Amino acid sequence: MAGNGNGVGIVGYGAYVPRFRIDAEEITAIWGEEASRIKDGLGINEKSVPDMDEDAATIAVECARNAMRHAGIGGQDGIGAIYVGSESHPYAVKPTATIVAEAIQATPNLTAVDMEFACKAGTAGMQCVMGMCAAGMIKYGLAIGTDTSQGRPGDALEYSAGAGGAAYIIGSKKEEIVAELMHTCSFTTDTPDFWRRPGADFPSHGGRFTGEPAYFKHVISASKMLMEQTGVKASDLDYAVFHQPNGKFPLQAAKMLGIPIEKVKPGLVTPVIGNTYSAASMIGLAAVLDIAKPGNTIMVTSFGSGAGSDSFLIKVTDVIEAKRSRIRTVKSYIDDKENISYGRYVKHRRKLKSL
Amino acid sequence: MLIMRRVAIVGVGMTEFGEHWEKGFRDLIAEAGVRAIEDAKLAGVKIDALYGGTMAAGRLIGQEHITALIADYMGLNPIPATRVEAACASGGVALRQGYMAVASGIHDVVVVGGAEKMTDVPVNDAAAALGGAGDQEWELFMGATFPALYALMARRHMHEYGTTEEEMAQVAVKNHLNASKNKYAHFKSPVSLETVMKSKVIADPLKLFDCSPISDGAAAVILAPMETARQFTDTPVEIIASTQASDTLGLSSRKSLTELRATKVAAKKAFETAKVAPGDIDVCEVHDCFTIAEILAIEDIGFFPKGKGGKATMDGETALNSTISINTSGGLKGCGHPVGATGVKQAVEIVWQLRGEAGERQVKNAEVGMTHNVGGSGATCVTHIMRRAD
Repeated sequence: MAGNGNGVGIVGYGAYVPRFRIDAEEITAIWGEEASRIKDGLGINEKSVPDMDEDAATIAVECARNAMRHAGIGGQDGIGAIYVGSESHPYAVKPTATIVAEAIQATPNLTAVDMEFACKAGTAGMQCVMGMCAAGMIKYGLAIGTDTSQGRPGDALEYSAGAGGAAYIIGSKKEEIVAELMHTCSFTTDTPDFWRRPGADFPSHGGRFTGEPAYFKHVISASKMLMEQTGVKASDLDYAVFHQPNGKFPLQAAKMLGIPIEKVKPGLVTPVIGNTYSAASMIGLAAVLDIAKPGNTIMVTSFGSGAGSDSFLIKVTDVIEAKRSRIRTVKSYIDDKENISYGRYVKHRRKLKSL
Repeated sequence: MLIMRRVAIVGVGMTEFGEHWEKGFRDLIAEAGVRAIEDAKLAGVKIDALYGGTMAAGRLIGQEHITALIADYMGLNPIPATRVEAACASGGVALRQGYMAVASGIHDVVVVGGAEKMTDVPVNDAAAALGGAGDQEWELFMGATFPALYALMARRHMHEYGTTEEEMAQVAVKNHLNASKNKYAHFKSPVSLETVMKSKVIADPLKLFDCSPISDGAAAVILAPMETARQFTDTPVEIIASTQASDTLGLSSRKSLTELRATKVAAKKAFETAKVAPGDIDVCEVHDCFTIAEILAIEDIGFFPKGKGGKATMDGETALNSTISINTSGGLKGCGHPVGATGVKQAVEIVWQLRGEAGERQVKNAEVGMTHNVGGSGATCVTHIMRRAD
């Protein structure tokens, strides 16, 4: 298995999903839609909703702390870089990454920066810290995908835009690595399928244009590129995780790549927590790592509108078993939930302008 | 009566209809035009004039002066190039202009094209552009959309004749099945009656699957005088009638909501001119922008008595190789509806049928075919009857 990972890998990971949910029925009742059509069409039953005092920064801190607990390292143990990918950074100017750095007590001897590439900013951060670790610039790098994604009331996005985060600590010490990052590659074009202008509260999207020329073209191309570059075949994979803007697209992508859907479903969490944007494929990977066995091979392919996909080939090591019990699983976050009304959702998401 | 020359279609071509996100308007017209020119084996032959139909290029892609662009991209300069606009009937009316030019003797070899590039704009913008086919002041400004106007006609037809939603849905089922046999169609999958009936309501009683889609595409035909047609093809198809009629732009001024007067007038005149009866038509492409529109069309043309179109459809009388094969291409519903291209595409399909080149959707022994192209909610109707010239 050839690769450009140069021996770096994940030494700790952690996820976080807010405990509130709003189900499709609650939203369709407001807008006069049929819930069954939304559930069948989007493959999303309910989505996560952040509390009033949660934002992309607090979510990033939660999952970063989980990742450190999982890795068994503290803030001063050599985290040399923090990259926070999100499209809902609380500030337009002022980093989220510095808030995380202070909260996990990793300041001041590190670099920290925010990234934005729609739903793939988090995996782009993983690639950055992979390179820095491989180059010997840093001991550990922390890459986070976090979002409290936006959807205009009444828009199709309102059924899917969820909230959540996942953090990955990447290092190069073999005995610490729970999953080796064997190889990564990206497929990028300028494709305006989804965007949000400065100052706009909600994003715009190109309707049907978001599928074939955007999601599928990039996800399929990046995944095929990864397989070609590494010689790995669909049948070699134990799990595949794709960006999951809804519950349907990842299954279609798997079908197009000849990957059985049983290998995709363990990492498909959007049907129960919605699309967590920058965190979506990273939470999906965390759900897979929660149950993966040493020796398992995983392919992860993210997608960010605009547009691009990062694909990773990951090999689970023996170390994973020893660290497994240190953190809450993705499943425990999914199961620990409280469903709320549309009224409360409006309050939580501050959709009433007077709030 | 003037002595007119007989006119034949000697070459046809079209692009696949659908979402051509990677092709521009000029790519589509060039593709369709070159296919028609190749089909007619026109290499080295002078084309005398071009007529192009497009409804809303100005609003959809910001491009007016569209036939100059077409002539340029087909390498036809400096011949005269004329744009025709009659909403969704633009293509059919352009064909009639080309027909008249050849019949009159003003031009010999004429290319007629139709094209629309609709999927580059958001759906709301496309719907607003299409709204221009109705009465802006009295209909569209008041909140009506085209689905709403046809829904009014559907509701009235149901009230007067007992037409059912299932009968309308069957139009979509039949046209999708035909489209599944057409490699140029926007939709290539058959659909079940249940799928149509359960689809989202757009304007009650019309559901999503009762409506034709927004498509990109282009189509072209080459016309020549009948006496020279065999220089270009062994299988010329003669246009034996070309008729057109008009009606009020808005629905509110009409005496009846359950018939399109322009269709009745144009069809009656076409049958008189061609000296054939509705029963002589083997295959007909009708304007099914909505499923109710096909039911209105097959009644108003005279294939079925008024009020019986829905039942005839449900009984399978309009299916491929039945009583009368309606919309073998898949129609606007299944093949797609790039508005300016539609009227020309209908002629392309009939030519393929009369030549026996329609493959899996071939109508057996098709000798006489007809096209029926409507603008807006029926303010323009243009029909053509064609016969295989053996």
